[in-house]
Amino acid sequence: MGDHHHGPAKGLSRWLFTTNHKDIGTMYLWFSFSMFILGGAFAMIIRAELFQPGMQLVEPAFFNQMTTLHGLVMVFGAIMPSFVGLANWMIPMMIGAPDMALPRMNNWSFWILPPAFLILAGTLFMEGGAPNFGWTFYAPLSTTYAPPSVTYFIFSIHVLGLSSIMGSINIIATVMNMRAPGMTYMKMPLFVWTWLITAFLLVAVMPVLAGAVTMMLMDIHFGTSFFSAAGGGDPVLFQHIFWFFGHPEVYIIILPAFGVVSQIIPTFARKPLFGYDSMVYATAAIAFLSFIVWAHHMYTVGMPVAGELFFMYATMLIAVPTGVKVFNWVTTMWRGAMTFETPMLFCMGFLVLFTIGGFTGLMLSIAPADFQYHDSYFVVAHFHYVMVAGAVFSMSAAVYYWLPKWCGRMYSETMGKTHFWISFIGFNIAFFPQHFVGLAGMPRRIPDYALQFADFNMMSSIGAFIYGASQILFLYNVVATIVAGKPTSEAKTWEGAEGLEWTVATPAPYHTFETPPQVR
Amino acid sequence: MLLKANRLRELALGPVLMLLGLASAGAAAAGDKVNQVNMAPGATEIGQSIYDLHMLIFWICVIIGALVFGVMFYSIYYHRKSRGVTPSTFHESTKVEIAWTVVPFLILIGMAVPATSTLLEIYDFDDAEMDVLITGYQWKWKYEYLDENGENVSFFSNLRTPQGEIYNTADKGEHYLLEVDEPLVIPVDTKVRFLVTANDVIHSWWVPELAVKKDAIPGFINETWTKASTEGIYRGQCAELCGKDHGFMPVVVNVVSKEEYAGWLETKKVEAAEIRDLMAQTFTMDELMTRGKAVYERNCLACHGANGEGGVGTAIAGSAVAMGDVSGHLEIGINGVPGSAMQAFGGQINDVEMAAVITYQRNAFGNNMGDMVQPIDVYNHKKG
Repeated sequence: MGDHHHGPAKGLSRWLFTTNHKDIGTMYLWFSFSMFILGGAFAMIIRAELFQPGMQLVEPAFFNQMTTLHGLVMVFGAIMPSFVGLANWMIPMMIGAPDMALPRMNNWSFWILPPAFLILAGTLFMEGGAPNFGWTFYAPLSTTYAPPSVTYFIFSIHVLGLSSIMGSINIIATVMNMRAPGMTYMKMPLFVWTWLITAFLLVAVMPVLAGAVTMMLMDIHFGTSFFSAAGGGDPVLFQHIFWFFGHPEVYIIILPAFGVVSQIIPTFARKPLFGYDSMVYATAAIAFLSFIVWAHHMYTVGMPVAGELFFMYATMLIAVPTGVKVFNWVTTMWRGAMTFETPMLFCMGFLVLFTIGGFTGLMLSIAPADFQYHDSYFVVAHFHYVMVAGAVFSMSAAVYYWLPKWCGRMYSETMGKTHFWISFIGFNIAFFPQHFVGLAGMPRRIPDYALQFADFNMMSSIGAFIYGASQILFLYNVVATIVAGKPTSEAKTWEGAEGLEWTVATPAPYHTFETPPQVR
Repeated sequence: MLLKANRLRELALGPVLMLLGLASAGAAAAGDKVNQVNMAPGATEIGQSIYDLHMLIFWICVIIGALVFGVMFYSIYYHRKSRGVTPSTFHESTKVEIAWTVVPFLILIGMAVPATSTLLEIYDFDDAEMDVLITGYQWKWKYEYLDENGENVSFFSNLRTPQGEIYNTADKGEHYLLEVDEPLVIPVDTKVRFLVTANDVIHSWWVPELAVKKDAIPGFINETWTKASTEGIYRGQCAELCGKDHGFMPVVVNVVSKEEYAGWLETKKVEAAEIRDLMAQTFTMDELMTRGKAVYERNCLACHGANGEGGVGTAIAGSAVAMGDVSGHLEIGINGVPGSAMQAFGGQINDVEMAAVITYQRNAFGNNMGDMVQPIDVYNHKKG
């Protein structure tokens, strides 16, 4: 074996040419964090402009570019790649595999991401400005009426989609073929299960998104009229295609987060996950339902009443498997022996806030009530409760949870908890009042607003600045841990942790499980 | 009860806001809607049903939330390691899983029943007593009262808030951003059917207190309706991102008594006749410039700038179009530039307004062409 054991190459080439799942995972995580900061900076501009009524800092046209880029960068640049990074690091270690199944493709799926985002961010400096039609880019605002930079945006979306599809194929191939002997599907850690299902969702819907942007490209440059009513096309068709991608997309974002929470809660409750089987089935049910609920984003487009009813009932059904998951997590805690280290705090925060986001989701599913909620700040509050408190909180939990295993150093618990509490408080000050202004009639994506919304908007902005600042603390915590954290070599960082990743040395060696472990 | 709830809210919110230094003096002007935290039942029966539905589901969620979080916090308090507990090992129960699949499903059915009946009511378009065609434009609304005799009354409704208030050089008025030059006027206790469409991109016509939100989509005509039971002024906004001035295209609906409505409609018809007379007149340069300036500020300024310097649109000051041949200038004004944000204004402003604004553009901003366009020229150009 001796010659076979080699460490990483030196210098830049280590990162450029690496096929190691841990290196690639690390790059994904750092890249997504930098995109999180960039998307966050856009959000700070939005909240600064909305601090008071009246136009103060930016022009309406630029404001629209900020809302668009904030959404695109957060969804495609921050949240999705962060979970792919986590999958790269953890899936091989959790299933006892030496690496991902397709290491060279793995390198490529990461390295096409930075150029794609460079192009997307570069549109800010183009004539006519960056895309300004919202992250949902409804036609014809995004076609006939779009700035010239839309073509670069389309190219960038194609590349991102390619990266996601390759990443997903890799995860599917790894999970299906490289599990250690004895690890049957129903013995896989839940994080692996949720990612396997997510990967299938990605493979199914990313090509649909690619189709949508290609049709836009044709409309803009090649004289077709897919989405132009004047040429016999149909602007509503765009929304159907977009949301056929878009709804599974939101589960693509949240399912891996469910997986993370399902790993962490049992650890700190010191008790096995309650209802493992039903958790797997619930995840599969959510994934299936995600394909038949897309038009609940379109209740006001003028669908026939039969369509409204179908999508309303189907959407309401999602509450069932989602409820099962929440009940299982709470029951896992029941009669455990809990401690509240930073990862657990973030999971508790997730559980409370995601559940609130789930409730507003249920309210939004009710078509007649949605006629009032639709496109208001109530929707903005809803999806930030599920995206930020759901996906981003669980990602923070994951980083604190596995960081000691990754770098062999322990983070400062005090700093970690400080990060949690500032995030939690800032998040709620930022987003809770948005429910109020939404119900009171404030539309989303407006750069200026009527006077009755002033107080809550100022509150929301202050909360957003607090939440934004707490992420700098996160960066500090991670860097301080890597550089100067207390060294630890315990294989099992957490007393109650279970799973193969806790059987390898700490810090995890460059190559793990070259000889597959036997799972009983 | 409602009063009490409001009072409680103020008591709870007051100190929080003051702590953050948020007591905003300007907002006090906006009246009883300041810091509204919930949906308003509004002025229609449908609005009331939607509000009831909203509150029903809200309370169901509150109860479920209280149960789930109650169990969770009980567990957090009593089942913590520091209390010296030994963890249990139980980890599955098919019976429990079935129970918490079936019970929520039954609760959902309980929600679906009232939701379905409200939805069916909303989708009952029959027996409308009058029709109004609503067309969304970047960034204004056009209202057209469809008359059986073909005597349609139509007008545009533009934001009235001055630029000075928006850019903080003047104090903001009570209805900042929610005021228009000409509101939609409809009679009380009348089922009014709205036919909603758009001219350029997708907009969405939303008046919370009338419980109407419908997307205005180019190429489609959507149906919706309202029946207001109280007179009053109801304000809303465009709800679908429609470009630069999406935040600046409010909806104002004035619900008046049936008599007042009939009188108003008559006045509008007389006004329309007067404009038809104006079309035959010849104007002086000064008259055209005065009228033209007003038309420019309402329709052109948003894209072409206060001094014709351009912005979203091209510059008019010194432009080849404004300083070139009149018929080319008229062509762009009337028919727009297909495939761009420059709309065809021929159908949006009347011939007097078109003549005035073209004259204005040719003689303002240092263009000084010295020529005039009369309504008859516009008419002839349209005829081809």
